[in-house]
Amino acid sequence: MQTLELKKETTTATPATTTQISGSEAVLKALLAEKVDTIFGYPGGAIMPIYDALYDYNDRLNHILVRHEQGAIHAAQGFARVSGRVGVVFATSGPGATNLVTGLADAMIDSTPVVCVTGQVFAHLLGTDAFQETDVINITTPVTKWNYQVTDANEIPAVLAKAFYIARSGRPGPVVIDITKNAQLQLFDYAGYEKCEHIRSYRPKPIVRKEYVEEAARLINNAERPFVIFGQGVILGKAEKEFKKFIEKSGIPAAWTIMGMSALPTDHPLGVGMLGMHGNYGPNLLTNECDVLIAIGMRFDDRVTGRLDKYAKQAKVIHLDIDPAEIDKNVKSTVPVWGDCKETLPLLTELIEQKVYPQWLQRFRDCQQREEDKVIKEELNPTSDVMTMGEVIRELNELTNGDAIIVTDVGQHQMVACRYAQMNGTRSNVTSGGLGTMGFALPAAIGAAYGDPSRHTVAIIGDGGFQMTLQELGTIMQFKPKVKIMILNNQFLGMVRQWQQLFHQNRYSFVNITSPDFVQVAKGFGIAGKSINQRADLKQALKEMLEHDESFLLEVMVGKENNVFPMVPQGRGVAEIVLCREEV
Amino acid sequence: MKQEYTITVYTENQIGLLNRIAIIFSRRKINIESLNTSPSEVESVHRFTIVINETEDVVRKLCRQIEKQVEVLKAYYNTQEEIVWQELALYKVPTDIIAAEVKVERLLREHGAKAVVIRKDYTVFEVAGHREETDNLIKVLEPYGLIEFVRSGRVAIIKSSDGFHEKLKEFEYREPGEDAIENEFLNENEKVFSM
Ligand SMILES: Cc1ncc(C[n+]2csc(CCOP(=O)(O)OP(=O)(O)O)c2C)c(N)n1
Ligand SMILES: [Mg+2]
Repeated sequence: MQTLELKKETTTATPATTTQISGSEAVLKALLAEKVDTIFGYPGGAIMPIYDALYDYNDRLNHILVRHEQGAIHAAQGFARVSGRVGVVFATSGPGATNLVTGLADAMIDSTPVVCVTGQVFAHLLGTDAFQETDVINITTPVTKWNYQVTDANEIPAVLAKAFYIARSGRPGPVVIDITKNAQLQLFDYAGYEKCEHIRSYRPKPIVRKEYVEEAARLINNAERPFVIFGQGVILGKAEKEFKKFIEKSGIPAAWTIMGMSALPTDHPLGVGMLGMHGNYGPNLLTNECDVLIAIGMRFDDRVTGRLDKYAKQAKVIHLDIDPAEIDKNVKSTVPVWGDCKETLPLLTELIEQKVYPQWLQRFRDCQQREEDKVIKEELNPTSDVMTMGEVIRELNELTNGDAIIVTDVGQHQMVACRYAQMNGTRSNVTSGGLGTMGFALPAAIGAAYGDPSRHTVAIIGDGGFQMTLQELGTIMQFKPKVKIMILNNQFLGMVRQWQQLFHQNRYSFVNITSPDFVQVAKGFGIAGKSINQRADLKQALKEMLEHDESFLLEVMVGKENNVFPMVPQGRGVAEIVLCREEV
Repeated sequence: MKQEYTITVYTENQIGLLNRIAIIFSRRKINIESLNTSPSEVESVHRFTIVINETEDVVRKLCRQIEKQVEVLKAYYNTQEEIVWQELALYKVPTDIIAAEVKVERLLREHGAKAVVIRKDYTVFEVAGHREETDNLIKVLEPYGLIEFVRSGRVAIIKSSDGFHEKLKEFEYREPGEDAIENEFLNENEKVFSM
């Protein structure tokens, strides 16, 4: 028996340059070739051959066993967002794959590069309603940049190469590769892995046309009140330096979208704050007073524009974007600058004059002062005994100096955190911007902790959202990523409550949510924790949380019915931004 | 103003792509009036012909969304005047009535109908032409016991197109030439930069 096997090995090994491996092993070899070191996943019947192969690759691939596949994909998103690398997910067929859908939609709308490998039933069972068969390709088509079903192992190396290329290039996005079980088991002649760098039907970035850049520069040079608004495109394009140079030479005030936050240090003298429904007063108001609006790597989401027919109508619009489908989608541009902003920004910087706009900048400062007086002062240094979310963030800033990764969930705490968190470096803000997925923060923070272990990862979560994915405490318990979990507990689904109060005549319909003893819950998972409800304990508690050498959960009881202001109420123009409840 | 647009999409021949393209319309609640898939003048490149009623602004945005799909090479949109188009219709009528009524034969001839199958019990005629023409013949045949009617999706040739052979070369280059990404802004320079 033994000699027979030996013989077989030697005969196949000598003549051929290819070796026989399984489809499953080819998947893992592809990951290694793409320099993947971390996978977030969950096994099951249809992906067992891949997990079996993983058993032998455990030393090279760090697999994090999450507690729910939604957790896996959010973790992969968090990983991708802080590291700039592609996040990788494994899930089984049927329920495993359908559990990914929320994360795929989130990654799609926020342009996050993720590759998900899902197991699928044997090819001969496709379409028979086999056990745990779902039509994963069709379910995920609207929420993926690309997806593909593999039924033959020979396809695996090339398909995975394509998957990684598509996920990370151009405007990034999620990719699903669904592999039938037979293909995972199948032995085939493996000729090595070749990275993909070209697909003929796919143009990741449009060619930069100088004419546009020249026209844009001419507009900028003639402007009196130019205004830059920037989004995640700057971060995705790894163009932070190019952007900063452009801003500093042009002297133009710049505001960020929630997704663009941290592309420029939040305390930069030309940074004038955040746009959007709960953004800063000045950037919203003055959008309708600028004469040239320069939009960079952002997509004019309705949460940013408010009512479109009242948005920047007076301005000439220059739109820099890598995705041609974004140009003119919501806001008509005067000069569209198609292309990767890493290439277009330096060209533009070259052509513009060095300038300053002291008077125009002063307008922003005046607005800022007004916002300080009406909102910020009380939010950051409250005169009442009840703690505010804002003061928690202020204290946190003082302890982290703006060097932490801030991962936020969705709701009031998210808006407050993004309004007040200090961020010095890029890729510091991980939030679900486009989809607004409650339950995002905890798993995303786990991924972020793996994506950049050199920084503190602080997850800021509401009492509601935490209860959506708190099972991932189990992942933290088992694999020990260092995540600082801060629950800002207002005992309400606060953001919805705020809307019910302001726009539904105080009719609080199912926003009153009860919570377990979060510290006890954490304790059950072996995670240290603390709950505070006194201002006097805040600083010390935050310190303890940050200094604790493992994960830590800190619950801060904050005002129950505090509201987030300013606000651009839905259906109104950006200039109709209100600073307090009385103005709504 | 809404009007009829014919969208021509050149694509790779890939399973699932039809769905990817269809949901671009259904997601926006836009009805597809007619859809045809076929090979194109270039081997291995597939061609979709889609007819919708929409404003030009919407159609332009739809084409951008279509082109954004990884396996789509190019999407064009054209008004009726810019294309040569045909649809094929088949009509099944009882043979005995046609044989009995001389008038019917004349009517069919007038409409350019051609018999494709003649059996004792029924005859199948085909007409290729514009929608109104094939529609008209339904009305004509109804009194004589039209048994079945079916019409194909539209096929259309773009009058001003030079075909896709040269374009494809552009796409196959790793560093594409300017042709691969057309830019209506630049091509209509004046309109764009006049403020
Ligand atoms: C999955 C999901 N379901 C529902 C919503 C709607 N929603 C947005 S904010 C919010 C309230 C969040 O409450 P909480 O987590 O306590 O945060 P808070 O607003 O109180 O800070 C809800 C229900 C959502 N964004 N995501
Ligand atoms: Mg809450």
